Amino acid sequence: MSAEAGYNFGYLDENTKRMIRRALLKAVAVPGHQVPFGSREMPLPYGWGTGGIQVTASVIGPDDTLKVIDQGADDTTNAVSIRRFFARVAGVATTERTGEATVIQTRHRIPETPLREGQILVYQVPMPEPLFRLEPRVAETKRMHALADYGLMHVKLYEDIARHGHVAISYNYPVMVADRYLMSPSPIPAFDNPKLHRMPALQLFGAGREKRIYAVPPYTDVRSLDFEDHPFRPVRADAPCALCGSRESYLDEVVTDDRGGRMFVCSDTDYCNTRQAAATQEAAE
Amino acid sequence: MPTTDTPLGLTPGFADPVLGAQGCFRALLDAMAGPGRPQRIAGLALPPPPLSAASAAALLTLADADTPVWTDAGAVAEAWLRFHAGCPLVADPAEAVFLLVTGTPPRLATLAQGSEEEPHRSATLLVQVAGLQEGFGWHLTGPGIEHAHRLRVEGLQADFTTQWAANRAGFPRGVDVVLCAGEWLAALPRTTRIEEG
Amino acid sequence: MAYVAVKGGERAIDAAHAWLAETRRGDAAVPELSLAQIEQQMGLAVDRVMAEGACYDRGLAALAIKQARGDLIEAAFLLRAYRTTLPRFGASLPIDSGAMRIRRRISATYKDLPGGQVLGPTFDYTHRLLDFALAGDRPVSQEPGRESPRPASLAGSQPAPAPAGIAAGLPRVTGILAQEGLMAPEAPGEAEPPDLTREPLAFPAGRPLRLQALARGDEGFLLAMGYSTQRGYGNAHPFVGEIRMGEVAVEILPPELGFAVEIGEITVTECQMVNQFAGSKTEPPQFTRGYGLVFGHGERKAMAMSLVDRALRADELGEEATAPAQCQEFVLYHCDNVEATGFVEHLKLPHYVDFQSELEKVREMRATVLREAAE
Repeated sequence: MSAEAGYNFGYLDENTKRMIRRALLKAVAVPGHQVPFGSREMPLPYGWGTGGIQVTASVIGPDDTLKVIDQGADDTTNAVSIRRFFARVAGVATTERTGEATVIQTRHRIPETPLREGQILVYQVPMPEPLFRLEPRVAETKRMHALADYGLMHVKLYEDIARHGHVAISYNYPVMVADRYLMSPSPIPAFDNPKLHRMPALQLFGAGREKRIYAVPPYTDVRSLDFEDHPFRPVRADAPCALCGSRESYLDEVVTDDRGGRMFVCSDTDYCNTRQAAATQEAAE
Repeated sequence: MPTTDTPLGLTPGFADPVLGAQGCFRALLDAMAGPGRPQRIAGLALPPPPLSAASAAALLTLADADTPVWTDAGAVAEAWLRFHAGCPLVADPAEAVFLLVTGTPPRLATLAQGSEEEPHRSATLLVQVAGLQEGFGWHLTGPGIEHAHRLRVEGLQADFTTQWAANRAGFPRGVDVVLCAGEWLAALPRTTRIEEG
Repeated sequence: MAYVAVKGGERAIDAAHAWLAETRRGDAAVPELSLAQIEQQMGLAVDRVMAEGACYDRGLAALAIKQARGDLIEAAFLLRAYRTTLPRFGASLPIDSGAMRIRRRISATYKDLPGGQVLGPTFDYTHRLLDFALAGDRPVSQEPGRESPRPASLAGSQPAPAPAGIAAGLPRVTGILAQEGLMAPEAPGEAEPPDLTREPLAFPAGRPLRLQALARGDEGFLLAMGYSTQRGYGNAHPFVGEIRMGEVAVEILPPELGFAVEIGEITVTECQMVNQFAGSKTEPPQFTRGYGLVFGHGERKAMAMSLVDRALRADELGEEATAPAQCQEFVLYHCDNVEATGFVEHLKLPHYVDFQSELEKVREMRATVLREAAE
């Protein structure tokens, strides 16, 4: 293990980590409630994962193995940049394998491979407030959470159904945590929402610019908002992955030419590569 | 082995302050995310009497100049906390962010509960108990627990579960509790339901 | 796999950094800028970066400007990210701008006043004609009495020698109005002010917290907000009571000593904007003030800040708050350019997972509409 000289382990100073750690414990104790914290300026810009980075930096230790994904992939530029940052300032081992990681920092996806007890999933969150498009004033939304007054969101969903026949939200689809707090699952596709429910891993959410931390403990009920006659329905492209053939995974649509050519491939690169390797091995045997 | 910057008569803090705090925090996070599951704390060899390794390490990990602490642990422990954690010690339990109790804890309802808007501004109570045993005793359910966790706690006052039920009823306001025994600690976040086993 | 351009990974990032370094340097035949040159000859850029970077160090600000290729918001961000790693030793005592060693001091409310009007180094009455004499390689003759350029100090180890002021201890214009009872008094607060860098904003935000946010705020944003109050969005009738710029002492009070110790001097610009107040049931008509204070010589920012500060006092003065500049959340959440630039620019990051879900959703909704139309 070697960490960058001149910086503390995990970059943050110990006072900052302590402040974030206190916020994390309270966040776990009140699932889905947004805890304000003294978010620091990080050497990466606000909006690029500073909340997730601060949470990861406060949690991670020398025995951890870190995986960083953006859009489900380990090799997108921002994921590479964040993984490098931690390799540099914490000297931790990194991996692309979901199963080998103890801490996974993610932007916009939940891995396809089910997570297990003991793993921690850290989400980068741009707008922690699920009501912000309906009520931009933070003082107001804070009051609504205190009263569990989520009528505004129910009305929005109802109007969607009246106008379009279904809810017109495809990502960042609001959820109720443990029947009490309305929560933004971060901009993951609604396809991923069912994975939040009773997940064995601990889920931590960090919003750096908005200075909020929230959490979902393992095995906690997380329900996507819906109506009895219009149940929540996750959507994926109706195609198999062109590389591994999966019909279960979330797909990226890739434009292959300018004449309408399209192909669909898994957004989760580790899941796709693992399946391809298994298929190759099977064929060889 | 006292380090040179620890005043005479005080035992040292974490052997490695950065990694010691990190390891202890992870144990606390695991404890809070898995209510009633005891976690082992390492890295603090000589807690000041009468503190246990777990309770002393937990406070060293979480408390600092920004967090008023209340304790009944006496002068040696207070001096140790003041020196190693740098936390202000307060006389009124209601003012404390953390409470470290070696005897009978103050009633939960008298501690900071947070508000409906800011339920995170509530106290965390660390209680030293005689023993923690997994697999027997209380029947715990709630977030963080797949089916049920069992925990037997020795040396806690008799009406704790009654106080706890009232604490839980006030959700999202309420106190969170960490039970400490020797090198082990187990957490009860305010969401946990306790049924006597 | 070349099918997704953004999956360039590590090599692409390294190449981009190398290209950036080359572009930063520009044509190698042109001499490289020294930090001293930036600090001395781009002084107002340095001041702005110190103000918005919330860190008073001319040498570091000059370095940040050089590293950021003159992008002042990027430079402020570099300085903030450095600042956040510094240990916090304590808080200074309030500075006393009344004791300022003044280099510039003007009032628009009085023709003359004790101490007089001091124009100082200002663009105000220059004719904005490009001065081609500055374009030549010929050294521009030094004005008499000017000191020669000094090397920049790095990390604040050596404070730059103080510029000569021309007066000190001049009375404030607001004080002159107060003697007549015409200026609403500001009670000195004994409470420890909140610290925006440690506790996130919370609303309603008290004035100390608001002023702290504005002092770090983006000059352009505050300028537009202040301007809007002059154009009817917020019913302002401002007069510049006084603008002063110069050097003030920074003091700390070490608990073990029990008396204040001066640790250095900083340049600040202060603006007190005088506004009419119609009075209320309990208060007779009088003047109220908007306050602006920024690091360095930042007159436009200090003025804009004082306009916005006054607008944000609508609630406490019982005025109807209807304009954007009067809305605390709107102004304070959006004035920080390091936060704003991060979030606006993060749209550059890949969003194709979310876009894919939108594609599927829009296709589904279109299919429903077309099917219903066909039926």
